[in-house]
Amino acid sequence: MNKTENNKAWLLVLPVFLLVAFSAIIPLMTVVNYSVQDIFDQNSAYFVGAEWYKEVLQDPRLHDSLLRQFIFSGSVLLIEIPLGILVALMMPTRGAMASLSLILLAIPLLIPWNVVGTIWQIFGRADIGLFGWGLNSLGIDYNYASNPMDAWFTVLLMDVWHWTSLVALLCYSGLRAIPEAFYQAARIDRASKWAIFRFIQLPRLKNVLIIGVLLRFMDSFMIYTEPFVLTGGGPGNSTTFLSQTLTQMAIGQFDLGPAAAFSLIYFLIVLLVSWLFFTTITHLDKRK
Amino acid sequence: MAEIQLKSLAHSYSNTPSGPEDYAIRRMNHTWEQGGAYALLGPSGCGKSTLLNIISGLLSPSEGEVLFDGVKVNETDTRDRNIAQVFQFPVVYDSMTVFDNLAFPLRNQKVSEDKVKAKVAEVADILDLQDLLKRKASNLTADEKQKVSMGRGLVRDDVSAILFDEPLTVIDPHLKWKLRRKLKQIHEQFNITMVYVTHDQLEASTFADKIAVMYEGQVVQFGTPRELFEQPAHTFVGYFIGSPGMNLIDVQLTEKGIQFDGMELLLSDDLLQSLASASASGSSTNIKAGIRPEFICLQEQPMDGALPCSVKHIEDLGTHKVLTLELGKQSLKAIVDEDYQATDGQVYACFPEQWLKIYVDEYLVEVQGSEQ
Repeated sequence: MNKTENNKAWLLVLPVFLLVAFSAIIPLMTVVNYSVQDIFDQNSAYFVGAEWYKEVLQDPRLHDSLLRQFIFSGSVLLIEIPLGILVALMMPTRGAMASLSLILLAIPLLIPWNVVGTIWQIFGRADIGLFGWGLNSLGIDYNYASNPMDAWFTVLLMDVWHWTSLVALLCYSGLRAIPEAFYQAARIDRASKWAIFRFIQLPRLKNVLIIGVLLRFMDSFMIYTEPFVLTGGGPGNSTTFLSQTLTQMAIGQFDLGPAAAFSLIYFLIVLLVSWLFFTTITHLDKRK
Repeated sequence: MAEIQLKSLAHSYSNTPSGPEDYAIRRMNHTWEQGGAYALLGPSGCGKSTLLNIISGLLSPSEGEVLFDGVKVNETDTRDRNIAQVFQFPVVYDSMTVFDNLAFPLRNQKVSEDKVKAKVAEVADILDLQDLLKRKASNLTADEKQKVSMGRGLVRDDVSAILFDEPLTVIDPHLKWKLRRKLKQIHEQFNITMVYVTHDQLEASTFADKIAVMYEGQVVQFGTPRELFEQPAHTFVGYFIGSPGMNLIDVQLTEKGIQFDGMELLLSDDLLQSLASASASGSSTNIKAGIRPEFICLQEQPMDGALPCSVKHIEDLGTHKVLTLELGKQSLKAIVDEDYQATDGQVYACFPEQWLKIYVDEYLVEVQGSEQ
């Protein structure tokens, strides 16, 4: 085949390039700019090289919050992915009940994040919140504002309530895409429910699950609003996750340089983990 | 292994069937004997697949009973009927290898892994799949997939029956023939009841000992290929079996025989009597005479009982010729030898009574006393 060379084609790419430049590259570069300089005011900025990076990487506050972040995201994935699959498997497939369950599942996804935080903030209160009051009436000493374990439990429960729907809806759509013929063949082959799940449904859910895991990882890793509204990061620092630490650093203390270095590291961690996950999954697939 | 009996079975996909046209399967009784090789032949949409799905339990019939060896299985789940079914379009579990696909039905019933290996090897050998066993099933071609799909049906040798739903549709013609032979061999080897659904009469007659012809949700005839050819019990069988199909002419009864377009054909007393009793009971005016193109004999000269007709068209098919004749207002097909010197002019056709079939309300009038 003969390829015609026409450099005018670059012009067609230009609009997209500009859009990406303004929405991503230029803001990111601003952060890079802050992360390698010490800026006092508009006229006095000093190049400091990797200084801020070194400082940030040695900050114990960040180590703690990074560890909390990984535990939180890990727990979120461990709970929400299996639970989402389970919910999707139990959902009715046709009729009015199917529509009803779809609507019910979609509701948590439509609620603004700070409202979700507020809902649980009130819901969990021992004096006026049904959930907190109920637990205390059962004799369980529950107070998310003073007990770190209770705070963690509430934050996780809130996230599960808020986001399991997403996984369930993704899996539901994946399950509906499996042709009836597979279930018929499986019945003919005398497959048990478990064998059907393991060998027919799960493999065909793989693609939606990859998306689900990636979305839930990235979102939970960047979580800010809900725990901020619910616990404010407390008690102590027990539910202070990375983004809140970053915000405190940048806006609270106005340490723009370290904050910029930190946000780049933060960004790279999300990118790295997502990339690792995605390539591992796709490589495993090819090797078989 | 089982005898499969269908008792006053009917099925409608509608919840409130009002007339016969709402039924995919119209009330019928039928028995597939243990160990037989059967074909279920009929045009698209006549209910063949529905019937198969009812037997395997994928579908629950709206009326009637399905019995395996005399035991009612209507409420028994497909899993527990222990039946194999191969679908028209291949179903392979694409996350598994070919080996695991073939092993799946065995592993599901907890067969020991040694036996699984032996059985899979045996089936892979029959279907020429040995080289593919380690491959992932998703990367196969359509006919390889169908062979895997078929292999899963053949791998268990304790099944009640194996049902094939047009399994060779996506397969190459030369391979089709080979696989059909293989199926036949497997049948002879294991003595398993096999029901083979197809719309291809050649496929049906090469595979099956007995063929059930289905039409509008009913089995209209169940017999050997020869019976279907020589004694079509229903006008549809006459039309559907044979190429070209049976010539069918609307006729009226007369005292000595039948007439159409001002011409009269004389019939024997035996036939007349049977005909009289058959049509009197229904007082039907729907009477047809049918004769296969193979059985029309043509004469150059006029003779007793031969009707004059003109040759309209001659098709030379190499092994034989198909003539299109005009008889009165009727157009008939006749098959003659390759060396028949056909002329475009007038010929005289006679219809040997042995091969002339009379149908009242589309069903054959059986000749009493002289039944072959």
